[in-house]
Amino acid sequence: MAIINSIKAVTEALDVAMERDPNVIVFGEDVGLEGGVFRATQGLQQKYGIERSFNAPISEAMFAGVGLGMAMNGMKPVIELQFQGLGLPSLQNIITNISRMRNRSRGKWTAPLVIRMPMGGGIRALEHHSEALEVIYAHIPGIKTVLPSTPYDTKGLILAAIESPDPVIVLEPTKLYRAFKQEVPEGYYTVPIGEGFKIFQGNDLTVVTYGSQTVDCMKAVELLKASHPNATIELIDLRSIQPWDKKMVIESVKKTGRLLVVHEAVRSFSVSTEIITTVNEKCFEYLKAPLSRCTGYDVIIPYDRGEGFHQVNPQKILVAMQNVLDYKF
Amino acid sequence: MKTKYIGKFDPLKDEVVRVIDKDGKVINPTLMPKISDEELIKAYSIMNLSRRQDDYQNKMQRQGRLLSFLSSTGQEACEVAYTMVLDPKKDFFVSGYRNNAAWLTMGQPIRNIMLYWTGNEMGAKAPDGVNSLPPNIIIGSQFSQATGLAFAEKYQKRDGVALTTTGDGGMSEGETYESMNFAKIHEVPVVFITENNKWAISTPTYEQTKSINLAVKGIATGIPSIKADGNDFLASWAVAKEAVEFARSGNGPVFIEYDTYRLGAHSSSDSPDVYRPKPEFENAKLYDPLIRMKQYLIDKKLWSEEKQVKLDEEQSAHIAAEFAWVEENKNYGIEDIFNYQYSELTEDLKEQMNEAKEFFAKYPESKDGGHH
Ligand SMILES: Cc1ncc(C[n+]2csc(CCOP(=O)(O)OP(=O)(O)O)c2C)c(N)n1
Repeated sequence: MAIINSIKAVTEALDVAMERDPNVIVFGEDVGLEGGVFRATQGLQQKYGIERSFNAPISEAMFAGVGLGMAMNGMKPVIELQFQGLGLPSLQNIITNISRMRNRSRGKWTAPLVIRMPMGGGIRALEHHSEALEVIYAHIPGIKTVLPSTPYDTKGLILAAIESPDPVIVLEPTKLYRAFKQEVPEGYYTVPIGEGFKIFQGNDLTVVTYGSQTVDCMKAVELLKASHPNATIELIDLRSIQPWDKKMVIESVKKTGRLLVVHEAVRSFSVSTEIITTVNEKCFEYLKAPLSRCTGYDVIIPYDRGEGFHQVNPQKILVAMQNVLDYKF
Repeated sequence: MKTKYIGKFDPLKDEVVRVIDKDGKVINPTLMPKISDEELIKAYSIMNLSRRQDDYQNKMQRQGRLLSFLSSTGQEACEVAYTMVLDPKKDFFVSGYRNNAAWLTMGQPIRNIMLYWTGNEMGAKAPDGVNSLPPNIIIGSQFSQATGLAFAEKYQKRDGVALTTTGDGGMSEGETYESMNFAKIHEVPVVFITENNKWAISTPTYEQTKSINLAVKGIATGIPSIKADGNDFLASWAVAKEAVEFARSGNGPVFIEYDTYRLGAHSSSDSPDVYRPKPEFENAKLYDPLIRMKQYLIDKKLWSEEKQVKLDEEQSAHIAAEFAWVEENKNYGIEDIFNYQYSELTEDLKEQMNEAKEFFAKYPESKDGGHH
């Protein structure tokens, strides 16, 4: 097994998929020769030719619509958007056509395409490059949205997305692209869409997160040992946010009686809102503390000078965990 | 309106307005615009300032003191030209993100531009009297904003003009065409520009379009469209001046393609050596707008090497002083991420702001923890 980072895992996933199926093609801004701004598609044009990996003229609305047409006609396009905040012109087609094609045509036409994009903050980027808009995608019926945090999951989830008969949005935390490496199997394997991953087992508090906050949460759990040496934390990386692993989360909260949801996206009308509501409905009688969350504030993602205030960080998570654990009715 | 350039150069035949050649020699005297010596020197001085600033910012970026930024290096002639012809009292400049020379011409202080590139939103706020919108990162959307501004000028019976610009890549966004179409239907006073610098990050113009040039893209909307040498200040100025007058006098929009070249990297985090053929780049350097303009001014006895040395020294000192100010003033407090969301803070946001204040009073160092 090779030890690789997440960006390499993206490349490997695409390489494996292209090798297996000639109908898999990749395109987007600059993805051809240079391999995209993050080099995720580097080498694919050289290996599979300009017809299967190419630069497209800048027009995200067109990418999504053209991808839909290809997908309806037997192909498996994997489209790269340069950054989530810059890919919003594509939303029009994602919402009005891609997500609805199966439903509209009563199953005659389907849209098995994949749209990948970097997302999230903490990379000292310019305006619109650090958005965390996962909830917009999660809100659209008819598409699936995955958000891997490790190289292993990145490769496995992209391959699952390509295999999926439904349209899948892959949100890739930019901050984690080169943050760490991990052993990743060569060749083909998938990570099932909709299954969470338990990073730590514990009995006192369930922490649910995804994306780059997975790493922050792991740090926070470490820090917690100083103030709460006897508390054990069950840390869940959702990996997919629509569908999300309700079963895993509910079972865990039934055991621990406490829940903290962590994400960098703004607080209101967010993924945490959904999870907290669901847990409230499904296991109210098990709860020992209010269901709680640690998130970004409801503001436009600040540029670099203010981003540190807005971002979730291990200390913020630590304080939130302490508050839940120490809560007394 | 009688025109000298618009409608006289046919984009379908790829005709280009050019006044001086690569060595600054006048090759088309009949096309020479009426521009004063003072204006020429002022223009050259801003072009030089912008180039110096780009160089300086590149250095600061490499030292990690500035975020990624996008330089105007190679494109100064057209940027200075098209903003110089605006009337600062009533016109609007709706910029893209690669517009340093244009921002300077509009009167945006260097410290603001630098503040912006250190990641402080205050840098995007233009001083009073400077109608220059914040850098527009979302490609294409500046074309429709400019159209709306111009629509309002016409509707409210004022005579301001909106001018906007995008790259050759930007011409592939649907919104650019959609805005031009609307602008022509309503005959609003807007000047659309594309600075064709031949590259959209690593994608060359020829992978962006199979049109003979970009100027023809305006033709389908019915907008008078013209191509000019964007590295020739005199041609750039002549066409822009006429376009703004044309729009201001009620003739509707104009579309200009400036033929230019991006001499620097796309942004400070990109390496053009990976994708840009070296001979192409070497050839493009021969058409550097600063060299052409300087030679033209020297031939006209308006400039000298001594003056150049003095100007470089003055400008370098000014740039360094502005950056020193920025380094002193680049940080801001928690309130600043909340205060500009709404006209008044909502109850919810007040609560969140207090939560943030309490947290960072206790754990100030965590602002940089875990993500920088
Ligand atoms: C809507 C949108 N999509 C993608 C991007 C990402 N992006 C930033 S610069 C760039 C290339 C633009 O090239 P061009 O329009 O030729 O302008 P240049 O940078 O060469 O001045 C792209 C695709 C963006 N900023 N906005």
